[in-house]
Amino acid sequence: MDTMNILSRLPYSKPFLFVDAITHIDENEVVGTYTFSEDLDFYRGHFKSTPVTPGVILTECCAQIGLVCLGIYLTQHEEVSEEAGVAMSSAQMEFYKPVFPGEKVTVKSEKLYFRFNKLKCKVALYNEKKELVCKGELSGMFSSKSYG
Amino acid sequence: MAEAYYSQLLDIIKPYLPEDVSVTDITPDSHLLEELNINSAHLVDIMLDVEDAYDIILENEDMEKMETVSDALEIIRSKLNNPS
Repeated sequence: MDTMNILSRLPYSKPFLFVDAITHIDENEVVGTYTFSEDLDFYRGHFKSTPVTPGVILTECCAQIGLVCLGIYLTQHEEVSEEAGVAMSSAQMEFYKPVFPGEKVTVKSEKLYFRFNKLKCKVALYNEKKELVCKGELSGMFSSKSYG
Repeated sequence: MAEAYYSQLLDIIKPYLPEDVSVTDITPDSHLLEELNINSAHLVDIMLDVEDAYDIILENEDMEKMETVSDALEIIRSKLNNPS
């Protein structure tokens, strides 16, 4: 499955798509990038005087690249639906550096296990200077059919 | 034997109970998802912990059959009696 095909099956769109490209993917890991556009709406309120990317959005970026893209890759041979059905089931993250508007980030994710439709991954997000921004463990439940 | 399995299984389930459900609320007929309010991701964790505790391998069909506490006991018993 090529990476364009994975991106087209992501169940997100603007303003809540936080994946630009997948640079590497295999059975065990995925690497992808995203650039936080200065125009993103949440910068107007987080914070009122200084725009900084919210931690929940960094977590979401890690989840979309590290969990959902990898999950789509791993379930590619199963019954195919147009959009992947996925629900985040747990997130445990630690944050080290801020991400400002306009920054490009790289997410690396390593599969811990994928069993009974639950994917658990160890994720890390880096800035362009290759500094660690945040890391943690995320898990989600996949269904090959859409929600419901 | 069966009693021992039951109390061992309760120990496995316990950490995944939501705060509003206590271990004393569990009966053999308790429905794991609907009555004990365990979410589907934690049901997977219970499956994985059961595999480790009894050194058995569970399949997707076992997950589908595992609705109540006694279903889980029955699956464990049948796996232990018929090792694959």
